[in-house]
Formats: sequence, C-alpha cells, structure tokens
Amino acid sequence: MNDRGGPLDGGLGLELLRALWRIRAFEERVGQLTLANEVHGLVHLSIGQEAVAVGVCGGLRPDDVVYSSHRAHGHAIAKGAPLERVMAELMGRDGGLCRGLGGSMHLVDVEHGLLGATGVVGGNVPLALGSALAGLLLGGDRVAVVFFGDGAVQTGIFFESVNLATLWRLPVILVCENNGFAEFTPRSAHTVVERVSDVVAPFGLERETVDGNDVAAVRSAFERFRETARAGEGPLLLECLTHRLRGHYEGDPERYREALAAEEWQALDPILRLQRRGLDEGWLGEASPVELEQEARDQVEQAVQAARESPFPSADLTTELVYAS
Amino acid sequence: MTQTTYLGAITGTLADAMRADPRVLVLGEDVAEGGPWGATAGLVEEFGPERVRNTPISEAAICGVAIGAAQSGLVPVVEIMFIDFLTLALDQLVNQAAKAHFMSGGQLRVPLVLRTQGGAGQRGGAQHSQSLEAWLTHVPGLKVAMPSTAADAAGLLAAAIADPNPVVLVENKTLYFRREEIPDDREPVALGRARVVRPGRDATVVALSRLVHESLAAAEELAAEGIEVEVIDPRTLVPLDLETIVESVARTHRLVVAHEAVRLGGFGAELAAEVQAAAFDELDAPIERVGAPFAPIPFSPPLEDAYLPDRHDVVAAVRALLGR
Repeated sequence: MNDRGGPLDGGLGLELLRALWRIRAFEERVGQLTLANEVHGLVHLSIGQEAVAVGVCGGLRPDDVVYSSHRAHGHAIAKGAPLERVMAELMGRDGGLCRGLGGSMHLVDVEHGLLGATGVVGGNVPLALGSALAGLLLGGDRVAVVFFGDGAVQTGIFFESVNLATLWRLPVILVCENNGFAEFTPRSAHTVVERVSDVVAPFGLERETVDGNDVAAVRSAFERFRETARAGEGPLLLECLTHRLRGHYEGDPERYREALAAEEWQALDPILRLQRRGLDEGWLGEASPVELEQEARDQVEQAVQAARESPFPSADLTTELVYAS
Repeated sequence: MTQTTYLGAITGTLADAMRADPRVLVLGEDVAEGGPWGATAGLVEEFGPERVRNTPISEAAICGVAIGAAQSGLVPVVEIMFIDFLTLALDQLVNQAAKAHFMSGGQLRVPLVLRTQGGAGQRGGAQHSQSLEAWLTHVPGLKVAMPSTAADAAGLLAAAIADPNPVVLVENKTLYFRREEIPDDREPVALGRARVVRPGRDATVVALSRLVHESLAAAEELAAEGIEVEVIDPRTLVPLDLETIVESVARTHRLVVAHEAVRLGGFGAELAAEVQAAAFDELDAPIERVGAPFAPIPFSPPLEDAYLPDRHDVVAAVRALLGR
C-alpha cells in the first residue's frame, strides 16, 4: 500500500477508519460500564493507541498468531474477535471469549489467531517466539506477532527473548507500543535509553520506529515486516510511538501527568488524523465521520445487549477446566 | 528385561518419543551436548539440532518458548538443569503454562514436559541441592511427578509426553546412576497411580524419590526385628493416588510420610492432612513426618550428611509410632 508518499486508497482508508472506530467506541463504552460495575476487574484501555492494533492486525490473516498484553481489547477486536464475545468476557459471562474465566487481561480467541494475553508485563514475549518456532518446524507461512508496551522492555524476559529470537532467527515480529509511560511513571524514570529500537540495536535485527498514531504508517511498515516473516526470516521489531489517552487502568487518578490540552490531543488522535486525511484526499465525505462513528457505536451497543443476555458461567466450570483431557 | 540406569531410561524414552512423533522436541542448556549427566546424550546425532536445541542460560525464555511452541502444535520436553534454577522460570511455568487452558475457557492446551532434578548429597551447596516439589504442587494446572526408579522414570516420562497438560518431572541426581532391570516393553506409568513398593502390616511409609530407597532400607532393618513396614511410592504428587495410601493405612493403622524437602510446608504435610481427613478413625497414632530441618542445605560434608533425612530417620519414626 502507499504511505505518506501519495493518497490512501479510499476503500482501505474507510476500512481503517471503521476498524479504529470499532475499538474506540468499544473501549469508551467499557469505561462507562466499568463505572457502572457491569464490566469487572482491572481494566486497561488502549484509547489513543488504536492505530497500532489496526495497522498491525489488519495486515494479518486469521491463522497468523498474535500474543497481546494486559491492554488487549484493541488487539483482540482488530484480529477479528467478535465484539459481543469480548464484551461478554469483560462482564464475566459464559458467552465470553474465555467463558468468563479470563477477563480483560487474558483474552484468547484461538479461532481468530489470538493465542494469548497476559497480565504479567513481558511474559508474553517468549510465547510468540515458541509459536514462530512451531511454524518453522511444522511448515507453513504463518506469522507470529507479539504486542508489548515500552515498560516490558526493562524486564529480563524481554532481553532473553530478543537474544533467543535473533540467535535462532525466528520469524517473529515484536511490536512495541511505546506510549512513553510504564504504569505511572515516564520512560525516563525506567531507563536511560529513549528508543526501544536502540535497546535492541546490538542484536542487529531489522527494526523501525514509526509514528504509531498514523495508522497508514504503521500498516505500511508492518506489511514490509510481515512479508519478511512470511518468508521465514526474522526477528523484526516495530516500535510504534503512541499516546495512551486514559490512565494506566480505569480509575487511575493520573496524578503523575498533566492531561493533554484538547488541541494537543486533536493533533495526535489517530482517528481525527485519518479523518482529516480522508477529507483532504477526497475519499471521505463531509458527513461520513459522523456516520462512521455512529455505525461503530451501534455495533457496540448491540454487543453490550448480547453480552448482557449471556448468563454467568456455572460454578462447576471453575474445577472443570483446570486440566485438559 | 534390560539392565539400565535411571538416566538411561530417560534417554531411551526421549528417543522413543521422538521417533514416534515428529512434534516432540527437546530443548535446554547443553542438551545437544547431552547435558551435565548425559540425559540427552546421542539425541542430536539421531534427530538433529532442529529438534534437540541448545539454549542460552535463559530459563524463563526456554520455558516461554516451549509454552508457545506447545500452544502451536509441538510437544516440547524442556530440561531445566537444576530445580533450583526453576525459580528463574516461575512466571512462565506458573502464570503462562499452568493457567492457559483454564483462563482461555478451554481453548488452549499446553502439552509441555519440564524435566528437572533436585536433591542433595553431592556437596552442591544450598543453590544446587533443593527439593522444591511442594511449590509446584500448589499450582493448579500443573501435574508433578517424582520417579524413584528407572522403570518409573521411563514410564512417567512417556505418560507426561502423552499428556495434554504441563507436567513437571522432578528427577533426583543421586539416583541417576542406579542400575536396575526394566521390562523391554516400556509401558507408560499412568499419572496418579501409586506403587506399593514393599508390602507390610505394621506401619505404612509413604516416601518420595530418594526416600523410597531409604525407606526400603529402613524396612529391611525393621523386618529383622519382626516389624513389617509397607512402603508406598506415590510417584505423582499431582494428581495424587490417595486411595492406595488410605487403603494401606486402613490395614496398618500407622503412617510415616518421608521426603528430603524441609518438613515445614513440605508435601508430607499435605499427605498427613489428607490421610487424617480420610481415615482418622483408622489411625492408632499421630502421623509421623520425616523431612529436612528448616535450614538451607549446608555445604560442609559432615553437616550435609547430618542434614539429609535417611533410613535412620525413617526407622526412628516407625519406632516412635509403634512405641518400640
């Protein structure tokens, strides 16, 4: 596809915009439902970071493998997980992706290639390596992707994984969502290395840092990496610079940072940016932004209703699923 | 029948499994070199470096890669050289492997085998000698086996490889070179089946790993005095064959639980609690526990020897039960 070099294909532009809105509308509703105590537990929203999920997952096949982090809703939705099943999971219902046993931080949808999400920062990275290894040994051209935040880069397991992935030349794509904050403190309080792509530089893997709020830029960089991995080569690291609009978790008072001024956010917002581009390039009509937003909100509302109708799982499930048989 | 060592039984079983199923692979530190004891010796020659993979000293990544590989269709057998080093991989084992099937609502499977070894007696000091199996039994989703013989090492490993869940095999380094006869047709040993190693009527000793052999020696000594001890090896701690143990206690009315791990919080405490709950009326005396003192394992040879539970401790425990 074309990047900043030329206008975006209109069909693709609309597809990307729809995908961004689905996540945004879903997560804004999740925020409300958290306050209403309909969605439970520790909830980490990716509002502001949707372009990474859409730019990456939109370029994958259903059988390509994704491992996500604690901030997993966007990745799951972009990978194809049905909205109502994600919502039902967050509500702890039997109709949830994981029958209500996982929750927000542990979304899995094997049918759509989402093989895991973890609440332990960095713990998902080696799993994607293992999936890539299985791809190499079992054949086929499935690609494995792992999402993690910049906070994960300071874990030992990240270092161990980058070392092993480069040593074994595993076709895995490491996607870092660098939002500048690890939980409640800025990156500068965690490390002296500003760019994640610099952290891994000695290993010599192919890497690129992109504007993670520009969905077209993410997609174009990722497509190039994906083709390399598809050919059985790797690893590769895509660092997406982005911004987490909400707190670390829902309810985070965010005493550690100033809220962005409205005009600052409007300049960063991946949805507004793509809309402006669409209007400039003529593939988006004046009325379309409102319609696209409404379409997404309607889909989310249907998902909320469907999730509410799903019962809570039977208490027996707790002991039934401890072991596979 | 074939003469083999405990180690040889492991190597042979790994080779059999790799011949039978191309999805089985072995990974760990120095495994292509055979490892420090030779458990994987010769495998790389037959199966190649793709399936017998040396790794860096990165226990967490080794486990994590194996978990991901297991979730995507392979059957990895990981070697963690010493159980003491499993501490480095506990997030992967406890958070990522053990819960994956459950947390995914049954979607994921992790057919992973993790081989490791523990035990003192070789002057390894406090970081190369521990018995940490009780930690693992506290994690729902893991299965934990502790073979005490070559036949069980082979049989439990074969069963672990066939199992769709993560299974940890805790071997014992002091047993590696024990020779024994095992049947030519190696059969898997079902996980969750105890073995009555020696029948007896006066007291039951449930012993783990090396303590099985110590308990047999104790039983031999006591038999000379006319005390007949029944020795039971549970072989797997999770799932536990409580039925066989309770059936024995219902006949002998006396129980000793014996392991090398420190007594406090050891698996023997769980065994004692389960047996008293299931068969309180059958017990004629309080359950005796044999285990190490609550201290790290000392290096100095006479101190290590004094620290380790052995046949004399088992004999003393049985005598205490019988008031003799």
